Amino acid sequence: MPVNKKIRELQEKREKVLLGGGEQAIEKQKAMGKRTARERIMALLDENSFNEYDLFVEHDARDFDMDKKSLPSDGVIIGSGTVYGAPVAIFAQDFTVAGGSLGLMHSRKITKIMDHALKMRMPLIGINDSGGARIQEGVNSLAGYGEIFFRNTISSGVIPQISVILGPCAGGAVYSPALTDFVFVVDNISKMFITGPEVIKTVLGEEISMEDLGGARVHSEITGNAHFFALSEEECFEQIKKLITFIPWNNGQKARMFEPGEPKPEYNINKIVPEDPTLPYDVKDVIRAIVDNSDFFEIMELYAKNIVIGFGRMGGRTTGFVANQPLEMAGVLDVDSSDKAARFIRYCDAFNVPIITLVDLPGYLPGVDQEHAGVIRHGAKVLYAYSEATVPKLTVILRKAYGGGYIAMSSRHLRADFVFAWPSAEIAVMGPEGAANIIFRKEIMSAVDPDSMRKQKVEEYKTKFANPYVAASRGYVDAVIEPSETRKFLMHSIEVSENKDVSMPFKKHGLPPF
Amino acid sequence: MHQKTDRTVMNKNDKLEFLNIDTSLYQTRISNKFKSRKPYQPADPRIILSFIPGTVLDIFIEPGQYVSKGDILMILDAMKMQNKLKCSMDGKVKSIAVKKGDKVSKGTVLLELE
Repeated sequence: MPVNKKIRELQEKREKVLLGGGEQAIEKQKAMGKRTARERIMALLDENSFNEYDLFVEHDARDFDMDKKSLPSDGVIIGSGTVYGAPVAIFAQDFTVAGGSLGLMHSRKITKIMDHALKMRMPLIGINDSGGARIQEGVNSLAGYGEIFFRNTISSGVIPQISVILGPCAGGAVYSPALTDFVFVVDNISKMFITGPEVIKTVLGEEISMEDLGGARVHSEITGNAHFFALSEEECFEQIKKLITFIPWNNGQKARMFEPGEPKPEYNINKIVPEDPTLPYDVKDVIRAIVDNSDFFEIMELYAKNIVIGFGRMGGRTTGFVANQPLEMAGVLDVDSSDKAARFIRYCDAFNVPIITLVDLPGYLPGVDQEHAGVIRHGAKVLYAYSEATVPKLTVILRKAYGGGYIAMSSRHLRADFVFAWPSAEIAVMGPEGAANIIFRKEIMSAVDPDSMRKQKVEEYKTKFANPYVAASRGYVDAVIEPSETRKFLMHSIEVSENKDVSMPFKKHGLPPF
Repeated sequence: MHQKTDRTVMNKNDKLEFLNIDTSLYQTRISNKFKSRKPYQPADPRIILSFIPGTVLDIFIEPGQYVSKGDILMILDAMKMQNKLKCSMDGKVKSIAVKKGDKVSKGTVLLELE
């Protein structure tokens, strides 16, 4: 039967290509604790949802005996499928084929699926596992990278772009993940750097392991390049799937609604925040006392811990949270925490996610290192991001809101739509000790007992100014509420903000301080 | 299944320290980055540092030698360029901290004047 013969021919062709770099290379991949590219796609997507494209693409290189080499699918797998029913476009580099190196056709496959994702307005997931440029293909390989970076940039803010680093990602290749929204890394598997340990050793004589230079921990804790850290590929895929449930498919939509659920009673909102403003607590417990099912999905958990960012749901709607963390560095704003918060605020704004800001900070971190690292420029990112954001902005001042920190943390003055304050709020130009020392300097200095006079003046300042009522008397705070009323007020505010519509003056684009 | 990689909730083992912001002392955890920051030291014009990572290609001076502003002290090979290190003041070479062929990172002390 001729038709059956043709079908069998297809099946045979497929089987050959599906083996990727061959059994030996696959064994090597597994020995490193890594899955193959196809296994990864299957683990990530809903069962039987993957449609693969460009299976039979082959390279066209002639130089350096490349014409004698066949590279199945040219070392990258592309296609589309679903994650919990959400459509996604995906590519996964296949390290078993020529080390996942990027040649012209390899890059064309990636850009094809990128174009597809942008056209169809659906999220794009890229799994990176590649030794880098395919040197034999020369400038064609560089051209390929450039085409990818360009598409990452024009797709930014239109469709969600997720990068998963499951192997090496070195040299210019790192700039594709860096241009995307979220970067996922796995301990001992992910490696990202511009110049590797060998070059550093040759040029500088400094010896460092790949892991210490650009491993998953480094990018999660020190550089801030990675947003999600996992101990295994399996955990990483769970994180990606969960993220997909929180974000919309494109910037013209809102995230899917889920069944609302009350926070767990173990998070007793009345008992989390100590009255003394110098005592710490975990602000994530406050978030968990507010969000649906106490389910808070934190982003960049290990970086600049003095600010907490992440997603939760309020009445089934995805909401972004930005919260000072008094448990870490007293919750100060500094270079890293400003950068972390500002980017997340812009993400929420780009993808129609309302932002809830929980405020409790003593101000900015003092220090020569901070000033010289550009805390002015980086701190300004927070002001810029909040000011330009037109999604619903809700602010709850839990305790301290001093000075510039008060203004920066989604204050009324940056057009927060709703500002609530707890009775424990202290909205003032600085902490009582510092303020009393300046305002009452003469009285304190000339007193018979300066120490007791200082204490007296600090108390005086506390009673008069360290409260929410001065700000409330000017309308900078819309309501002073009991902690237990927080969820009710926030849910209502989000509900009535559903059709928020503000217009901004025309511009090509602004000039945020980056 | 979904392992938590880090728990930042408070427990009894958490080491809390004090952080001074505007003369108020806050009880909190202190980050490694903050702890390991280098205390500021004003630049000393007598101590010449490498301004770029590279290799010491040539040294034209000896300890005890008098030098004047503008003299070429060393050549630092970096980023495929031979960089001339010019003297920024008149003085005497107190000590040389590197030798020909040394690989130096940015900020390494190369020599000291007096």
